[in-house]
Amino acid sequence: MSEPVKTSHPIETDMVVIGAGPCGLFTVFEAGLLGLECHLIDNLDKIGGQCAELYPEKPIYDIPGLPFCTGQELTDRLMEQAKPFKPAFHLNQQAEALSRLDDGRWRLSTSAGTVFQAPVVVIAAGAGSFVPRRIPLAGAEDYEGTSLFYAVRRMEDFRHRNVVVAGGGDSALDWVLNLQPLAASMTLVHRRDEFRAAPDSVGRMRALVSEEAMKLVIGQIAGLHGEGDALSGLTLKTTDGEIEQPCDRLLAFYGLKMELGPIAEWGLNLERNLISVETEAFETNQPGLFAIGDICTYPGKLKLILSGFHEAALMCQKAFTICRPETKLVFRYTTSSTELHKKLGVA
Amino acid sequence: MAGKTAKVIAVDREGQEHEIEGTIGWSVMEVVREAGLPIEAACGGCCACATCHVYVDEAFLAKLDEPDPDENMMLDEAFEVQDNSRLSCQIKLSEELDGIRVTLAPEF
Repeated sequence: MSEPVKTSHPIETDMVVIGAGPCGLFTVFEAGLLGLECHLIDNLDKIGGQCAELYPEKPIYDIPGLPFCTGQELTDRLMEQAKPFKPAFHLNQQAEALSRLDDGRWRLSTSAGTVFQAPVVVIAAGAGSFVPRRIPLAGAEDYEGTSLFYAVRRMEDFRHRNVVVAGGGDSALDWVLNLQPLAASMTLVHRRDEFRAAPDSVGRMRALVSEEAMKLVIGQIAGLHGEGDALSGLTLKTTDGEIEQPCDRLLAFYGLKMELGPIAEWGLNLERNLISVETEAFETNQPGLFAIGDICTYPGKLKLILSGFHEAALMCQKAFTICRPETKLVFRYTTSSTELHKKLGVA
Repeated sequence: MAGKTAKVIAVDREGQEHEIEGTIGWSVMEVVREAGLPIEAACGGCCACATCHVYVDEAFLAKLDEPDPDENMMLDEAFEVQDNSRLSCQIKLSEELDGIRVTLAPEF
């Protein structure tokens, strides 16, 4: 997560899109053809949503006209398609509070303090925002933010501490290497002696272990001990039984999970964590607030990327009437319209 | 028309056993999810998360192929992983697995 940035002036735009996955990106294109500007918010540090975070290397075979691509390739292609419309991205932040302004527009603020004012807000948030998976042990939340962390905000918090890092990916290994020189002691806990992190990082970690500059424990965290919000030790379950590990700073990397987050409090009609919409424009129960892609539901809904594209196109038609109430919309094709060619930069 | 079926015994997080007739060829995750049990399966079965984590009864463990590197990598992100931990989206129901007993791992 980035440091909160306070913007003094709200960003004024046509559409704020929550979620920079495939549906959010295609919204930029459809809105752009109609002359509408989009700002996108995403809690991830990258563009592409689940396609980029969950399955960047995995194949997708059901995008019309694109017989095969990976999650990352689809993201790259959508970015290329949206490029003429210069989308603005606000990453590493979660949409937090939504309220209606006196003039009927929306005011939306994020966890990083960015504020938007726009007539249209589009929720294209997939299965929710990606947040760190927390340790499901009793008392874990008491330590969170003081001695248990899921990300590093300030390296100084770890100086002269008995640090334990849990995980086997790049985040875990990178922080082991970065914090080891500062820490009083460094221990890496991972469930098996194989790591998905970059081989170079793994090699450097193993070198530190052989120099006895740090410890590697193959096992899993089975218990947390401490007083109040101060962690003092862990019980680790290893193949040789349980061991006690002194620890006053625990940094855990168990990947990310998706949760609805603050959107759940926005007064929307929810059905099993999905947002009910009508199927003419995929508008929610609140005018000017739309939901498209995996997060919306209606009779017959299919959670396919192609359905999200269709929803984006129809939604933008309605969004136009809200953003430009005085202007008559004329329907044109990209094949033949010189006006659209100009917008696309191909005229 | 329903295909051939095999039995799956799924133990939920309250310890309640559910006997499910599953379609052969479906993954155990799909069978359990279709029966309405609370299995998240966030990625939809493409081995890109660990939210269909189950413990497989020892008797059936030997009948399964070893987890491939992808599955093992995703299990790294699960909690309370045991020797009999598997991702149920990677277990395809077959006649040989008739009666397979799986316990849903804790949610987190």
